[in-house]
Amino acid sequence: MNIVVCVKYVPDAQGERGFESDRTTDREGVDGLLSELDEYAVEEALKIVEAGEGEVTVLTMGPEDAATAIKKSLQMGAHQGVHVLDEAIAGSDAVATSLVLAEAVKKCGEVDLVLTGLASTDGVMSVVPAMLAERLGLPQVTFASELTVEGGHVRIRRDNESFSETVEADLPAVVSVTDQINEPRYPSFKGIMAAKKKPVQTWSLADLGVDPSQVGLDAAWARVEETQARPPREAGEVVTDEGQGGEALADFLAARRLA
Amino acid sequence: MSEVLVLVDHVDGDVRKTTAEMLTVARRLGEPSAVFVGQGYAAAKETLARYGAAKVYVADDAVYTDHLVAPVAELLADLVARTSPAAVLVASTNDAKEVAGRLAIKTGSGLITDAVDVATGDAGLRVTKSVFAGSYTVAAQVGTGTPIITVKPNSIPAEESAASPTEETVTTEVSDVARAARVTSRTAKEKSGRPSLTEAAIVVSGGRGTGGDFGPVEAFADALGAAVGASRAAVDAGWYPHSHQVGQTGVSVSPQLYVAAGISGAIQHRAGMQTSKTIVAVNKDAEAPIFELVDFGVVGDLFTILPQAADKVQQNKG
Ligand SMILES: Cc1cc2nc3c(=O)[nH]c(=O)nc-3n(C[C@H](O)[C@H](O)[C@H](O)COP(=O)(O)OP(=O)(O)OC[C@H]3O[C@@H](n4cnc5c(N)ncnc54)[C@H](O)[C@@H]3O)c2cc1C
Ligand SMILES: Cc1cc2nc3c(=O)[nH]c(=O)nc-3n(C[C@H](O)[C@H](O)[C@H](O)COP(=O)(O)OP(=O)(O)OC[C@H]3O[C@@H](n4cnc5c(N)ncnc54)[C@H](O)[C@@H]3O)c2cc1C
Repeated sequence: MNIVVCVKYVPDAQGERGFESDRTTDREGVDGLLSELDEYAVEEALKIVEAGEGEVTVLTMGPEDAATAIKKSLQMGAHQGVHVLDEAIAGSDAVATSLVLAEAVKKCGEVDLVLTGLASTDGVMSVVPAMLAERLGLPQVTFASELTVEGGHVRIRRDNESFSETVEADLPAVVSVTDQINEPRYPSFKGIMAAKKKPVQTWSLADLGVDPSQVGLDAAWARVEETQARPPREAGEVVTDEGQGGEALADFLAARRLA
Repeated sequence: MSEVLVLVDHVDGDVRKTTAEMLTVARRLGEPSAVFVGQGYAAAKETLARYGAAKVYVADDAVYTDHLVAPVAELLADLVARTSPAAVLVASTNDAKEVAGRLAIKTGSGLITDAVDVATGDAGLRVTKSVFAGSYTVAAQVGTGTPIITVKPNSIPAEESAASPTEETVTTEVSDVARAARVTSRTAKEKSGRPSLTEAAIVVSGGRGTGGDFGPVEAFADALGAAVGASRAAVDAGWYPHSHQVGQTGVSVSPQLYVAAGISGAIQHRAGMQTSKTIVAVNKDAEAPIFELVDFGVVGDLFTILPQAADKVQQNKG
């Protein structure tokens, strides 16, 4: 079983996130890390190969520092990494991102399963997995909160507000997993040491046969024209309950015509 | 005037409020054409007309619901090719976002997700979205193809504008690859009798501070006619179903009023509620970060404050 896990390097949500002068996300001046939601995809891939056999390749597209996302995944136990790194990629929209990732998956050779997170923690679009399936011509089996891979077949549970669904398909397939699916492991000391020796390949757009004019900010089919920091919320009124806190709350709601 | 395709968000013909909101926006951009996929059009018809659909395309073939997402994207791609719409609007649900993603690639178009507003600008449509857990607002534009936009529920007030839509049944040749992911079972979730979380005007959420007893949270929600939400800590503890989780990995809500009880206000929780119009918190800890967001806060025990507030709300109703 050959599994490719797509992992994204994102600005840390605990820090100050913001934009560059060209209105693309600031990815240089901030602390970044492996998107937490992609840890669930790495964990699921490791569980699958540990229960059977196979190799886990982690794939990221991003700036130099995105190597951090690969490193963390290798420390968790993934076998090898691929970093698509090219100046021309900066500012890519989701359409371009999915193009680059799809070409990189193809270059990985025989792949049985492409695993992704449910959303990145910065763009939070939740569209790249579906786009990858579209581009690769593979079944899209997404938002898995349970996953079974058996006899060349995948089965997932997919929940939404109204339904719980079972979705099935034959391999190869693109599967995205939610944070309900497992509990990602922490890298062990052994894992951290082992990661240092694991192979990481760096591919440029030329290696993938992608024309640079199809990606990046200039080619973006969707782009940001204006950004505005939210004005700080005016400090609200906070009262300490001394027996009348509930009534004060009800009065506030009544004054605002909310109750 | 160009058509604007609106993918109807519904459950077996029960049209969700987002659809009315999308039709309202669509009227500003062109002539709204609703695309109804699945069963139950008879039940949906009146609502679509009331919110101004000039045309309805009905696709009730089982192929669209027996397979995941891909067949609907093929249907919309056909309609885009046929009608050259000014835009395609879908709801910001998991399913519809994925339809939008595939459609963007099929039609060579840009995609913008989670719009809180869409307006016509000098250089095409101007889409407003709220990003980084509500800390920034950005205006974005689609420069290539047909703008494909997913609209965040509860962001744009729905306005009625009666029309008498023409109806057309549509089908497409769905490819084999689009049939590759099969939905082999679908179980409806139990209904709580309360409004749905994403549509509700008021949401009352409980967190770890409830210690597992959601009684006071539910009672206060019922006094306000609200939906009930939960933090991930409460969901992970098994106190409330995951479908009620508010936040980055749950539902994103934008109600008129959001009440957080026994919730500290972690960034991942904020990501799902920060665009609420009015925010209220009840928390024992005066230092809890949730108080940075509130319009009104009470420092104290939710087990005494919520019941007292519920009583007073009932009294005020008289
Ligand atoms: C605040 C913000 C708003 C944005 N809005 C838009 C918009 O409206 N339209 C638009 O076209 N673009 C938008 N972008 C750009 C978009 O986020 C990036 O192009 C991104 O790479 C793809 O979208 P996502 O991060 O939301 O991915 P999602 O679709 O949320 O990601 C799902 C999964 O795909 C995989 N994945 C995604 N990106 C990568 C990567 N670079 N490397 C490896 N795996 C990856 C991961 O497994 C991830 O869990 C926005 C970016 C930001 C920061
Ligand atoms: C990848 C990832 C995704 C996540 N996604 C989400 C998400 O979608 N949604 C989400 O909510 N979280 C999410 N989280 C978790 C988030 O980081 C927090 O851990 C979580 O929101 C905490 O829940 P809480 O506020 O209920 O609990 P706590 O942080 O433990 O807060 C409990 C609060 O209750 C107060 N309290 C205790 N007793 C009482 C009482 N009797 N009366 C009043 N107040 C009381 C305490 O003072 C405290 O402030 C995510 C985390 C990660 C890493």
